[in-house]
Amino acid sequence: MSSNGQVSGEFFLSGDEACAEGALAAGCRFFAGYPITPATEIAEHMSERLPEVGGTYIQMEDELASMAAVLGAAWGGAKAMTATSGPGFSLMMENIGLGVMLETPCVVVDIQRAGPSTGLPTLTGQGDMMQARWGSHGPYSIIALSPSSPQEIFDLTIKAFNLSEKYRVPVLLMSEEAIGHMYEKVMIPPWEKIEVYPRRKPKVPPQEYLPFVPDDDMVPPMAIAGEGFKFHVTGLTHDERGYPVMTPEAQDKLVRRLVDKIEKNRADIIEVEENGIDGAEVVVCSYGISARVSAIAIEKARASGIRVGLLRLITAWPFPTERVREVARNIKTFIVPEINYGQMVFEVERAAAGRAETVLVPHMGGAVHDPQTILDAIKQAVK
Amino acid sequence: MKTTEMTTLGAHPLDEYLRLDRLPHIWCPGCGLGTALGALLKAVGKSGLDIDKTVMVSGIGCTGRAAGYVKLDSFHVTHGRALPFGTGLKLANPDLKVIVFSGDGDLAAIGGNHLIHTARRNIDMTVVCVNNFTYGMTGGQMGPTTPEKGRSTTSRKGNIEQPFNIPRLVAAAGAVYVARWTTIHLRQMERSFIEALQKKGFSLVEIISPCPTYYGRMNEQATGLDQMRYYRYNSVVKHGAPLDTVDITLGGQIVVGKFLDIEKPYLPQKINGHGR
Repeated sequence: MSSNGQVSGEFFLSGDEACAEGALAAGCRFFAGYPITPATEIAEHMSERLPEVGGTYIQMEDELASMAAVLGAAWGGAKAMTATSGPGFSLMMENIGLGVMLETPCVVVDIQRAGPSTGLPTLTGQGDMMQARWGSHGPYSIIALSPSSPQEIFDLTIKAFNLSEKYRVPVLLMSEEAIGHMYEKVMIPPWEKIEVYPRRKPKVPPQEYLPFVPDDDMVPPMAIAGEGFKFHVTGLTHDERGYPVMTPEAQDKLVRRLVDKIEKNRADIIEVEENGIDGAEVVVCSYGISARVSAIAIEKARASGIRVGLLRLITAWPFPTERVREVARNIKTFIVPEINYGQMVFEVERAAAGRAETVLVPHMGGAVHDPQTILDAIKQAVK
Repeated sequence: MKTTEMTTLGAHPLDEYLRLDRLPHIWCPGCGLGTALGALLKAVGKSGLDIDKTVMVSGIGCTGRAAGYVKLDSFHVTHGRALPFGTGLKLANPDLKVIVFSGDGDLAAIGGNHLIHTARRNIDMTVVCVNNFTYGMTGGQMGPTTPEKGRSTTSRKGNIEQPFNIPRLVAAAGAVYVARWTTIHLRQMERSFIEALQKKGFSLVEIISPCPTYYGRMNEQATGLDQMRYYRYNSVVKHGAPLDTVDITLGGQIVVGKFLDIEKPYLPQKINGHGR
């Protein structure tokens, strides 16, 4: 570690630790959280490391407060993050909505465990994927990423911060216990080699600044507290001045932009990993730990002569509809393994729009799939 | 609809602290919120604070609208979460002076857990809790401070719960400065605000305030004036009063004054750095 708290090189880290280090490398200097299995290690690591880089860790009284403090810190000028799991994620939904409405850059990490409710706290799950998309009330769009290894959780945490600053939206990093507690080699580049998206500061003097006049990409520059801009922001529907306006017209203008700034920049945001899709008859569409387990089934299927590809969702939200639709034209079946009773599969089915059959391989949670169940589904599809 | 033409009477001394393009405000005739906010802004002016670094956070409710009227960096956030939002602001940028201006329902019911924990941590911020004993914005329901037997739209026959004594609660939780005034105590209120703003640590001033539209009307004080008269004839100034003696009862005495003014370590500490 250098004197300013930077670390770089090769490390043997858990996914949780890699996530924390990714945040620090991305410039995160504020963490507010509440202990929860299996995300606690992120808070522990941040509590130790943040002071070393001049940042602040605070343990809040609950996840409602954690999320509120993260938003406050972002408006105070810090890059800010929290980390939680299902039960805490539910509580954070309230202020994730406020984050969307105030267009507040921040990162929320959900190390998913098996639910509903307290469920299996120490065991893996992928049951929060739809909550990530729709969990807060009202119409909005959000960005959610899904890493498949400790190295990727490091990389995607950086990407999450960059996307949150670029699009001024809370970005959700949807991982799982299986990745959070997995130890693997993680390569941390020197921080100066890491691309970091800076805060979009106002380009006009305070007297001309209107908080919600967007740039060409539909995202407005953001003043921070204490710099003389004297801005007002509210969770109420507001105009470009940030003032409440209680009309359907103001609602239409604001909400349309909040959604469009994500949906119309899909090409810039969305990332997928593809393997052997050309000429495939069956494509396994999965994400996170389940994509990794699928790789074993795919290898075995290929060994028995089945033409099978992998489409891994690195970006879960916005959903890569266009790519899935394109792939659907040339294949017979999508196999969708996920550790829930069907969530992202509905999106695959919607995007495929009948061009390809969609088969869910569910797992109720508490473990990853037996690759054999995925292999069986692949074999069944080509029968 | 009949509209009344407004005449420009010249500048008001508090104009520089108000978003004039947002006036008139939404508060009812007889409401005490304007009085409390006016006194606070006067105190901000007199306290020597750097206005650029002074921010206001409000939650939801009638009082929660205050943040939208002040010409400061101001945040109108979710119901009950003004304190943790303010905690994030302050810890990320310790140069800020954070003022939380919100109501009794917002701070003591839905935000009650945050109230005791922000006081426990002794976060360096000033809280103004405007207590009108009811949820005004939603039409006059009982709340965490409604006195026993107090009537509301959800306690038509009288409240059967015991209310919070807010000064006692926050003092027990760890605050360093606690005062209470009613909206008739304009100068005392302003003095307390100045002291609270200059205090290091968690300071809270409770302002007992009329809500003639709902609470007053349902509890035999139908106008703002009736409520102000009640405050005038029933308030007793007792600085340093033992906090178990300052409970508020229906139609009873209201003990006001500065109850607590002590020194304790607070957050953020200098060693935490700026987090930027």
